[in-house]
Amino acid sequence: MTQIPGLAEEHTSTPLSSSQSITLRIAKYNPVHDTEKKFMEFNIPYEKWTTVLEAILEVKKHFDHSVAVRFSCRQATCGSCGMIINGKPRLACFTKISELNSNIITVEPMNNFPIIRDLAVKFERLFDTHHKVKPYIIRDDTEITSDTKEFLQSPEELEQYIQFSNCIKCGLCNSACPTMATDSSFVGPQALAQAYRYVADSRDKGKDTRLKIIDESHGIWRCHFAGSCSQVCPKGVDPAMGIQLLRGYMLGFKS
Amino acid sequence: MTNNSENKKGIGGMIDPRRYGIERIAYLLMRLSGLGLLVYFIAHIYETSKILQGQFGWNEMIASTQTTHGHIILAIIIGMCVFHTVNGIRVMLGHGGVGVGTPTRPDYPYSPASQNIKHKIGIYSAIILAAIAMMYGLAVMFGELK
Repeated sequence: MTQIPGLAEEHTSTPLSSSQSITLRIAKYNPVHDTEKKFMEFNIPYEKWTTVLEAILEVKKHFDHSVAVRFSCRQATCGSCGMIINGKPRLACFTKISELNSNIITVEPMNNFPIIRDLAVKFERLFDTHHKVKPYIIRDDTEITSDTKEFLQSPEELEQYIQFSNCIKCGLCNSACPTMATDSSFVGPQALAQAYRYVADSRDKGKDTRLKIIDESHGIWRCHFAGSCSQVCPKGVDPAMGIQLLRGYMLGFKS
Repeated sequence: MTNNSENKKGIGGMIDPRRYGIERIAYLLMRLSGLGLLVYFIAHIYETSKILQGQFGWNEMIASTQTTHGHIILAIIIGMCVFHTVNGIRVMLGHGGVGVGTPTRPDYPYSPASQNIKHKIGIYSAIILAAIAMMYGLAVMFGELK
């Protein structure tokens, strides 16, 4: 009879034996029964390489397991752990405590996203606006039926959009955007940058469709080029550039 | 804590210029100067409509601007006008995709090309020109320059 092994006992990961420590302030808020955000403080030892996410997980492990935080890859690829760290939207897994040059680290949920609980926010609206701009190649033919069997593209044509395909949908740009702070209907920098990504793709034939979608009162014209979205992007996407280049198409500067 | 369900900071979040550099400060100044010039435009229509009351009404209105407070307000209007014009040209060029850089493969540490030195120079130029225009205006109005 085979015996199903039980789950391996969790051993401590990297022991935090540093003499350095910070005060980690975590925003606690449950929209079901809380009226306002409260901050809980924890004294956390850290090493030069300790990330904010590791510090939060240390809190969950040893002090308060109820802290709600979304994370997955821990390497700035999944885009799950976006939060406001010391007042600025950042990925917790991509932000080292030693880089912040502060003895107090305050973590809060991202602005402009409904809060599920504590640091976890809802992404439905971001995904909706992303979907709205048709984030896929639009063509009548397909690579399967085409005579050439593939849509060829030169390296120069690839350069036109490859930067914008790095988007991991973390939502930091939407959180930093000053227009999104007041306008609930604004499409947002993430979706607009993705609209540019496909408009600039030489294989795509859906430019007119996409430009029509974003050419509305709460569309591209609400961007005032504050550039905060580009400053917080953890993947170097530069949504502000994409939006202005996209507007160049609409104003007739580009074709 | 914002009370709305979307966790938006509202106008307070929109006008908060901290942590995002000179571009966000320029964004705030552009909005403030735009609103200020709109208020001035309305006030200016009211002001010039005083001519309908004849020379007495006109002189009375002109006299009300020839005070220390009046001069300071006019100097602020001059500053707003110059900043809004110069920064507006920068923003309009940017909106057309001019001077915002070209797409390329980003290398870590990422430095957004759209926040480049040309735009920073444009913002600082707008601020400096507005300050010079204000100082010149104050000098003229307070009689330092004839």
